[in-house]
Amino acid sequence: MAIVSFNRKEIEKTIKLTPEVLECIMMLGIPVEECTADTLSIQVLPNRPDLLSMNGFLRALMSFLGKKPGLKKYKIQDSKCKLYVDSSLPKEWPYALACIIKNVHFDDAKIREIIQLQEKLGSTMLRERKKGGIGIYPLDNISFPVTFKGMHPDKIVFRPLESEGEMTGRQILSRHPTGRTYAHICSSWSAFPVFVDAKDKILSMPPILNSHEMGKISTATKEVFIEATGTDYATLNKVITILATSLAEAGGQVYTIECIQQNKKRENIPNLLPRKMKIDLEQINNLLGLSLKERELEKLLPKMGYDYQKSTVSIPAWRVDVLHQADIAEDILIAYGYDRLEPELPRVATIGEESPASRRTGKIAEILAGLGLLEISTYHLIKPEEAKRFHAPFIEVENAKTEYKLLRPNLLIPALRIFAENKDNEYPQRLFEIGTVFIQDARKSETGIAEENHLLVATSAGNFTEVKQILDYLSRMLGLSYTLTQTVHPGFIEGRTGAITFNNKRIGIIGELHPELLRASNHKMPTAVFELNLDELV
Amino acid sequence: MKQKPSAGIEEILEQLSPLERKIIPFLSSPLKTIEKKAGLDTTSVLRALRFLEAKGLVKLETSTETIIELGTNGIYYKKHHLPERVVISVLEAHNHLSLEEAQRLAKLSENEFKVSLGVLKSKALVSLSNGKLSLIANKEEIIRKTFEEQLIDALPLEKDNLSPELLFALDNLKKRKDIIEIKTRTIPSFTITELGKKVAGSELKVDLLEEVTPEIIKNWTRSKKFRKYDLQTAVPRIQGGKQHFVNQSIVYARKIWTDLGFKEMKGTMVDTAFWVFDALFTPQDHPAREMQDTFFLKDMHGQVIENKIAALVKQAHETGIPGSTGWGISWDEKEATRVLLRTHTTSLSARTLAKLKSEDLPAKYFAIGKAFRNETVDWNHGFEFYQTEGIVIDEKAHFRHLLGYLQEFYKKMGFKKIKFVPSFFSYTEPSVEIQVFHPEKKIWLELGGAGIFRPEVTAPLFGKPIPVLAWGQGFDRIIMDYHDIKDLRKMYANDLKDLREKRFWLR
Repeated sequence: MAIVSFNRKEIEKTIKLTPEVLECIMMLGIPVEECTADTLSIQVLPNRPDLLSMNGFLRALMSFLGKKPGLKKYKIQDSKCKLYVDSSLPKEWPYALACIIKNVHFDDAKIREIIQLQEKLGSTMLRERKKGGIGIYPLDNISFPVTFKGMHPDKIVFRPLESEGEMTGRQILSRHPTGRTYAHICSSWSAFPVFVDAKDKILSMPPILNSHEMGKISTATKEVFIEATGTDYATLNKVITILATSLAEAGGQVYTIECIQQNKKRENIPNLLPRKMKIDLEQINNLLGLSLKERELEKLLPKMGYDYQKSTVSIPAWRVDVLHQADIAEDILIAYGYDRLEPELPRVATIGEESPASRRTGKIAEILAGLGLLEISTYHLIKPEEAKRFHAPFIEVENAKTEYKLLRPNLLIPALRIFAENKDNEYPQRLFEIGTVFIQDARKSETGIAEENHLLVATSAGNFTEVKQILDYLSRMLGLSYTLTQTVHPGFIEGRTGAITFNNKRIGIIGELHPELLRASNHKMPTAVFELNLDELV
Repeated sequence: MKQKPSAGIEEILEQLSPLERKIIPFLSSPLKTIEKKAGLDTTSVLRALRFLEAKGLVKLETSTETIIELGTNGIYYKKHHLPERVVISVLEAHNHLSLEEAQRLAKLSENEFKVSLGVLKSKALVSLSNGKLSLIANKEEIIRKTFEEQLIDALPLEKDNLSPELLFALDNLKKRKDIIEIKTRTIPSFTITELGKKVAGSELKVDLLEEVTPEIIKNWTRSKKFRKYDLQTAVPRIQGGKQHFVNQSIVYARKIWTDLGFKEMKGTMVDTAFWVFDALFTPQDHPAREMQDTFFLKDMHGQVIENKIAALVKQAHETGIPGSTGWGISWDEKEATRVLLRTHTTSLSARTLAKLKSEDLPAKYFAIGKAFRNETVDWNHGFEFYQTEGIVIDEKAHFRHLLGYLQEFYKKMGFKKIKFVPSFFSYTEPSVEIQVFHPEKKIWLELGGAGIFRPEVTAPLFGKPIPVLAWGQGFDRIIMDYHDIKDLRKMYANDLKDLREKRFWLR
């Protein structure tokens, strides 16, 4: 998801942003983040990268409002220029596509906008440049044909954008700020990709940066060369389409370039031919719960920028999100208006049922609350410092942003934290928690981790007799019987610790906590606990 | 002379507890006297006075007094003399000593000795010349107790009772370490009201009954009368055991779903990427699958057991299903075996759908469970939260049914006005975002998403495309709103004081 901001004045050259229009934007499926006197900020959801540019956004809005419905067509000419993609490229970066736009007028606001579009496409569709990079160059200096090829990092020498002097490819990765930011993408490659023109001048080193001499856009620029390079042909094609039509929408004239890939595939780019999709109106009506007529689709689909004729939808090339008829169905619904839909509660006879685990949890909570115990609800993650007093193989999450980094192996560890945090609150503190704990699973399960549903009861100030009374009462009320045998357990007082056995299975532990554990946990009161695995009680 | 009480006073008299009765005859005396005469301790007398105050018979007042006591060093010095007296004694034995010698003989710390010297000089008792310390005052002056010594002997005292000399000494000693301790004490007193005077002057009935005892029940006669209680008297607070407030609201929500004919799904919080992402048609290069958003588990390697389904999922991602182009990017099973904490409860729905057979339809399932995101923690963010999840699998299910179920649920959760706006999730199409109107705050709250599962999800899991209405909204915000909790961290802080006072979920 990306948030983009547009100049309000620029938008209002096309349409005034009244409260009604803002409501329409939301009902078009575009959340408005903020609308101030100067800017309109919108959220662009990942399915609609065509809305990342102001022109793309306006194109969608104007057709939705019924002012310019239907599939937008752009005049395209052939530049007769060629782009060769060379086999010397690193295998990690095999594709390149490019086209030309003439008759563009770049003032400072437009340059800012095109840079925003380039960045947002880079961070969303191109996944922070890991999937591809985009470059825009003044056309004037370039001699065709252009070649995209791989060169040894030390053999590449040019002056990077906004730099004083020339650098080699390898120097750029270590010295230039943009080079350092994206070095992780290509530093391990055997060759670095570069664009060179017919006179052997280096245009850029994708996906890192452009040459200052060949690739700097200014307000004097009237014609541009646009390229996208990367890992996936289809994605690059979409990116170029969105860029080219966005500039065309601003009055630019699109010229294709014949792009010849390593596998000899040739295509004139951009290819703005609409895709055709046959749809089944009955299926769509069944899915949406509507009874739309053919005639209505002829009105609704153009509102979403499509052409529609005889069950066939023409999908604009920039609508890269349409994979299936279901996507068309949603657009029909948006055009129809979510606010016009009547919610309906169907009378389908099915039998509702609480899970046995929830039922059991509810009963146990009721029994324990009846004894005056207070239920707590703690995080499933614990801190390493809390865990170090217990030895178990702990399961750790990667790159946690907080100090909670381990999955809890029992409910005692979080309870000790709760006691410490409540040491100045009123005593006695008689608590219980029912929750999931995580242990490594020796059996070959799907995840290698087993989850158990545990019950912890802890009283403070409390002693063995008190928790045994609670365990006794609980098992009587559940109609179960258990046995206790002396055991030793880290953190518990020897001689006052019992293993709880049920059906010949050891299911838990009961006892008084050792003063050493209590002191280390920053707890000042005598505490007794039992913890057992509820899954074994069934 | 005792008077016959008037009607209002009669009532008061019948309400007097035994404790109050004990002190009423002595209300014209000061507190200490009452204690003695009534034979009660201070606490009991004060309690009785508070009861009487509630009846308007007396007015309690407090004043404070400042008490000067000895500190730890003060107690020591009272026994072993102030350091300056020790220095004088040393000099009396050996006049004209060097500073070092004087200090050594006096056995004082550097600090004590320095302070003593200052004190003695300011009182013109000693002088220092040519490095020698000498007594310069006459015998009488030397042996006379200083004001400071007099004060120490006399403590504890009330500050208001100190003479100007002792007050001066107090100021001096206060500057020195731990000699003096100053405490304030509140002193209760009371005045008797006009009503109180009347009651005190009335004759006290002595035959009122206090407690009901087995004997009284057995021997009950109509002529007896019970003392009346003052119903306004505050009683000590008690606390009860109860379920955590989050779980109370979950129990309620669970009831809504089962009433609507939904079966509960249970499953693990730890799962493979396959069930959390891949089975839900989330492309393998989707940003949500990166480490900064998801808790992957270190050194854990899972496996994809459902090989048949996995093959279909792979196909859906790479080339699509009939009628769909798929993502067109290659699908790697290894990526799907990464082990993680589920980022949404929709993994449960995916697993349920994979187990379902055609003859089970129509079917409706729900779950309320924790989901996890690798987030920082602040008032607005947390790394785990509850979701309420639901699916309806029915050939005849459609989008307006989805809105119907959601509207019904949120109505029962207390939100009358609900709005649906278009949204996007990679596994549903059409998708919808639910907003509810908050009647007090007059704002729309965004509660989360829903939609109909894409055929790219249902075809591999169920075996053929089928409409599956699906939703998974955050649940914590509703609870926060109900209990007026502003800070997300308070949800799972388990402050026992807060938990004990928290009211029940009453919907």
